Amino acid sequence: MKKRNNAVLLSTPYLLWMVAFTLIPLGVVAYYALTDPATGVFSFRNLKELGMYLPVLWQSIVYSLASAVICLILGYPVAYCIAQCRPATQKFLYMLVMLPMCMSFLLRTLAWVGLLQDTGILNSLLSRIGIGPLKMIRTPGAVILGMVYNYLPYMILPLYATIVKIDHRLIEAAEDLGCNGVQVFGRVVLPLSVPGILSGMTMVFVPSVSTFYISQKLGGTDTVLIGDVIERQFKQGNNPNLGAALSLVLMLLVFVCTGIMNCFGGDSEEGGVIV
Amino acid sequence: MKRTNRILTTLIFIFLYIPMVVLIVASFNTGKDITQFESFTFQQYARLFQDSSLLELLGNSLIVSVLASFCATIFGTVAALGIHNLNPRMRKAAMTLTNIPMTNPDIVTGVSLSLLFVFVGTRMLGQRNSLTFWTLLIAHITFNLPYVILNVMPKLKQMDKSLTDAAMDLGCTPVQAFFRVTLHEIMPGIVSGAIMAFTMSLDDFVISYFVSGLDFVTLPVEIYSYTKKPLQPKIYAMFTLLFLLILVLMIAMNLIQVYGDRKKTQSRTAGI
Repeated sequence: MKKRNNAVLLSTPYLLWMVAFTLIPLGVVAYYALTDPATGVFSFRNLKELGMYLPVLWQSIVYSLASAVICLILGYPVAYCIAQCRPATQKFLYMLVMLPMCMSFLLRTLAWVGLLQDTGILNSLLSRIGIGPLKMIRTPGAVILGMVYNYLPYMILPLYATIVKIDHRLIEAAEDLGCNGVQVFGRVVLPLSVPGILSGMTMVFVPSVSTFYISQKLGGTDTVLIGDVIERQFKQGNNPNLGAALSLVLMLLVFVCTGIMNCFGGDSEEGGVIV
Repeated sequence: MKRTNRILTTLIFIFLYIPMVVLIVASFNTGKDITQFESFTFQQYARLFQDSSLLELLGNSLIVSVLASFCATIFGTVAALGIHNLNPRMRKAAMTLTNIPMTNPDIVTGVSLSLLFVFVGTRMLGQRNSLTFWTLLIAHITFNLPYVILNVMPKLKQMDKSLTDAAMDLGCTPVQAFFRVTLHEIMPGIVSGAIMAFTMSLDDFVISYFVSGLDFVTLPVEIYSYTKKPLQPKIYAMFTLLFLLILVLMIAMNLIQVYGDRKKTQSRTAGI
């Protein structure tokens, strides 16, 4: 009984802090979303304006789904390859994947601007072998490339963590029972790495769908994402109420998506998604 | 099959490191343009140390991230101990609350905290300037806490409960048992939580961008406002130095781990 009291005593300050700085702020967002920017009285004006931004929202979802799928296709072989190395090499390669995550993502994205520009590094290399300047920057492709580049480690790390845990005896058993390499992969390895795939997809999708820096730097006027719109409402447009309404929509979208992912995953361990 | 996989992996590692190479090369360039290499120089490094404005910003970032991760580590560890002993229903509620900042997009966390601070500061307290160093610190502690808790909780779960009972049977008070037994057992979780919190804090741009005021700005936020103007090349010099620093730190940690593992297996075989 005393232990329970201690537990309540130790955890209450934390719970109060989290309520004050995560739940209440979300309430404030809802309050701003439901009040008129000019008069401050309750209104649905912001919610009515949301319809205008449906194409932008749709575009954000399409781009970030595309980048999550590309990350999976590129990240799976890497994670699989790392998991098959010797333990010391595994640790080293894991570090190499982590390292870019620790460096300023603003500057790294800016380096891509230098690479993709019309007079950029890639185009000057291409012109040497006689291929005319390609239009790479300010295209949807460039935005998706930026997302894939920035969030690929978030795919590789959880994938690696699940693949490395697969019991090697299962693979040997499948081989003994007559599976060839492709069958072993399709029937044993791939199904067992589903949890990693799902958490990787979520970890790429969530930051991609809400980014504003990548689309500002690598995209053009037709690749505006929902994050851009929110940022502009707060930092330039001075309509925080509309920005708040859009943030609510974004939050709901992410909750629905992670909910769907969790449903497919089946096992909802407390502790959630973490590398 | 295996070979193609290996080639693909190498290519993807190259893809991950190309932009860094571009930035490092740019730090030795006399010209300002990242796309054209004019000639080799160390001048950018000299400029970085002559003009202390960038170093000051880096200092600001370090102050926030050290303070925030330190507070979050202690606060989070205490909270994890409490949550671990709560009844299951309360524990589930606490973990759901912990997961909210993890699943919410950064921009939503940033926007919601900034609206809260402005709402409380301007409307309720009547301050003119409601976004300060302290709001930035609160925001950083808030998004650091879940990392600490999610790293410490599994260690608490793995821990053998009879260890603390044994310590208390042998005459420890509960507090002594905590410091001599429990803390030792969960230390790896605390350390990895603290490191994660620190790096997240140091690298954070989106949340800081929304909650920081004009009088205290961290490095990433300032870099963002730089990137709207032509960039000063000395920033590439700073990037290169930070890159080297982190690389050395990571390799050192790696070697210590590998060495530790080897020692462990050696002592185990010796024991048999």
